[in-house]
Amino acid sequence: MSKSTTTNQERHLPQALVSIGAPVLGCLIGLIIGAFLILLAKADPIGAYQTMLKGAFGGERQITETLLKAGPLLLIALGLTTAFRAKIWNIGAEGQYYMGALFGGLVALYLTDLPRPLLLTLMLLAAIVGGMVWAYVAAFLKVRMGMNEIISTLMLNYIAILLMEYLARGPLQEPGGYLPVSAQFDKVTKLPLLFGTRVHLGVLIAVLLVPVIYTLLWSTPLGFRVRAVGSRASVARYAGVNVEKIIVFVLVLSGGFAGLAGIIEVATLHTRLKGGISQGYGFSAILVALLGRMNPIGVTVAALFFAALIIGAESMHVVYGLPVSLADAIQAVIVLSVLAVDATARRRMDS
Amino acid sequence: MRGVPIIGGAAKKCFLKKDTKLSQASETILEMRGIVKKFPGVIANDGVDFELRKGEIHALLGENGAGKTTLMNVLYGLYEPDEGQILLNGKPIHLKTARDAIALGLGMVHQHFMLVQRFTVAENIILGQHSPREPHIEDQKAVYARLKKLSDRYCLSIHPEAEVWTLSVGEQQRVEILKALYRGAEILILDEPTAVLTPQEAEQLLEIIRVLAKEGKSVVFISHKLNEVLSVSDRITVLRDGKVIDTVQASQTGQEDLARKMVGREVLLQVSKNPAQPKEAVLVVEGLCANDARELQTLYDVGFEVKAGEILGIAGVAGNGQTELEQVIAGLRKANAGRVAICGEDVTNASPKEVGNCGLAHIPSDRYRMGVLSDFTIAENLVLQRIGQKPFTRRGWLNWKAIRQQAEELVKSFDVRTPSIEMAAGKLSGGNAQKMILARELARQPRILIAAQPTRGLDVSAIEYVHRQLIAQRDAGEAILLFSTELQEILTLSDRIAVMYEGRIVGVMDIDQADINELGLMMAGGKGLPSCEILETGGAA
Ligand SMILES: Nc1ncnc2c1ncn2[C@@H]1O[C@H](COP(=O)(O)OP(=O)(O)OP(=O)(O)O)[C@@H](O)[C@H]1O
Ligand SMILES: [Mg+2]
Repeated sequence: MSKSTTTNQERHLPQALVSIGAPVLGCLIGLIIGAFLILLAKADPIGAYQTMLKGAFGGERQITETLLKAGPLLLIALGLTTAFRAKIWNIGAEGQYYMGALFGGLVALYLTDLPRPLLLTLMLLAAIVGGMVWAYVAAFLKVRMGMNEIISTLMLNYIAILLMEYLARGPLQEPGGYLPVSAQFDKVTKLPLLFGTRVHLGVLIAVLLVPVIYTLLWSTPLGFRVRAVGSRASVARYAGVNVEKIIVFVLVLSGGFAGLAGIIEVATLHTRLKGGISQGYGFSAILVALLGRMNPIGVTVAALFFAALIIGAESMHVVYGLPVSLADAIQAVIVLSVLAVDATARRRMDS
Repeated sequence: MRGVPIIGGAAKKCFLKKDTKLSQASETILEMRGIVKKFPGVIANDGVDFELRKGEIHALLGENGAGKTTLMNVLYGLYEPDEGQILLNGKPIHLKTARDAIALGLGMVHQHFMLVQRFTVAENIILGQHSPREPHIEDQKAVYARLKKLSDRYCLSIHPEAEVWTLSVGEQQRVEILKALYRGAEILILDEPTAVLTPQEAEQLLEIIRVLAKEGKSVVFISHKLNEVLSVSDRITVLRDGKVIDTVQASQTGQEDLARKMVGREVLLQVSKNPAQPKEAVLVVEGLCANDARELQTLYDVGFEVKAGEILGIAGVAGNGQTELEQVIAGLRKANAGRVAICGEDVTNASPKEVGNCGLAHIPSDRYRMGVLSDFTIAENLVLQRIGQKPFTRRGWLNWKAIRQQAEELVKSFDVRTPSIEMAAGKLSGGNAQKMILARELARQPRILIAAQPTRGLDVSAIEYVHRQLIAQRDAGEAILLFSTELQEILTLSDRIAVMYEGRIVGVMDIDQADINELGLMMAGGKGLPSCEILETGGAA
């Protein structure tokens, strides 16, 4: 208690109110700043924002798009939530995503003779393994050599991305093609769609993992230990927790989730192995996990918010005709404002 | 902890001319009126009046959780009071942050120091001082000179160039005092400054406090040690449940009277016990060698055994290898040579978990770095080691009902003062956090208990309770290895005493043969026995 420097007891607002109110307020501030940017570009902010809103939620198609974007973000962020709870800062989800896509993609490219259910299962499992292997490299470096996981996971990102580009240009390149892409996946590798919409199994998997991670963290001894390591590793060690094992566990788990997200995106959207299959999901998911307060339910909301923002910005550009750079800038301003207000509110509340 | 313990060094060099003593007339410098500070579920300060005079040493006394630290945090601008007023030199002041308090001449030394280990003393002190301009070289020289002067004037014997990590706990504390003085503190708040010090260092600190007061500074001194409080302070204010019970002149009161005022009943300052009935050896340590955190050898050929039903006390000046010994046995530090066995099983260099499975429980000396997860709830903290066991986990799932139920029971029986078991453990008062650790470790029903500084930071009645508990556990057949830098505690609890000096056990004796003078001599390295003889004496309990 002596660590706080400012305390204002009037600020002891109900915690729930603050955790909902702060992001909303941040979003409003972001929208206002964004409005000025739009005015500078001599466009009408109200119209632009209406387009944005419609683009994200305006109809069944738009909502579907938003859900499809939220899926991978949620999936990756759930894994990162687990790692961050142990204060293991895996920022290599992007690379793990690529490795998942690669491993799963190899199954999709070469094992098409298998019966479809088996093929799909194998493809997803291979992707999980790919992400796990990549994360395990960082875990090994940390546990055995004491290398900081922030540095190693960041570096591994570049290796994975470049490896994919090399393979797509070289050994895996479509026979006879001249683009740096692999052959197209067979139709049978498409994930099943749900209720006749374009929403596919991948989104369902992400949603189903929300309660799984929640239960893991708060209802199992393993989750207790994960949180204990994050709270203070020296105390966890004293209490008999095998800290190294926990580090490996959370890194590998978050890597597996990111890998799974990788193959889901590639199998449903790109249907080829190539560079540029991610749009920075692995990095956005870090923000999603943090903004969602490393709580699976909060993370779900944050993933939807992020997805809506991405889709909305897209339609501001495509439908309303704002320059891409402006649409992207507005998106970034909103994210920044939400994070800033949220962080401020949290600091006030903690003290 | 580090290097050679300084025994009374600083104080002796310092000669204060009697006539420099200021007239300690009743000139009030600071007044707190009707301070109320509430936390969810507790009123930590309930209408507290407190007055401090110029050149006065004013002690704050009270049970664990009575509200001492809270009151001082209010004074230092860390908490805003819900009600009440603070007057400095008769003028009302409003403190929003610690910065405001520092600007008005207040200084506080917290129980956990806030120093950057790899920085020098001077760097630590000017850290965050003048932000707009970089300190120039000439500036730095001036800083050094000023620090040296301050250090000499108040007999702190601190070298501004020394890096903090090379300093002992006592020295680091004096750096904190120096920091406050450098920032121009006229009023110094010391929250349990002696809890982490060896008796020698504590004595030295008390001397420094006297010097400070004579030089006209006012000091608020929080301590649970009644003898210290009586010897150093001018006046004593006793808090109980957030209220002021009394403010008395130190010269007109005594230990029993103070204890009664604090607790509201008679307190036995001594606990009686029956002779031990030792049985088979539970913990056997042989030829143990180990390094400290800086990879320098600290333990040399340490050997002893602890039997079921006895308490072996390890006496010694802090920093003679006790912490390392504690950690090696608990599985937290590697041994280079030698053997540790629990109940016949070799646990040399085993993990904390394996050692725990063999029946070892451990009250760590370093409670914040080792014992408490500050952002976990009290209920969670109370099951740290046993989380995976029945009934706290059933068929792979946590059983929150059982976790809460045990927490309610332990909090009640160990009198951990908290509004709720769901509160974050970091919000407990210092002494109550210690009681929580004790409750957790004793509840594990260990075969062997390492109790390192078990009563550090506890109030008199809590000490009485813990001592009774430890003796009861001994009588129930538990083996207890007690580490304490308080000789009095060693003498009260132990059945046998081993003395550590410079990483070796220099003697073992039965309690009825223990002689304070001889113990003191051995602790200072005055007399050593060859180690082979020790093992034999140890065996013949
Ligand atoms: N930040 C906080 N949030 C909630 N409760 C608190 C907080 N700080 C202190 N308390 C509560 O206020 C009461 C007084 O605590 P305080 O730390 O002032 O006691 P203390 O007299 O210093 O005790 P000790 O001798 O054990 O250090 C305790 O019940 C404690 O749990
Ligand atoms: Mg306190």
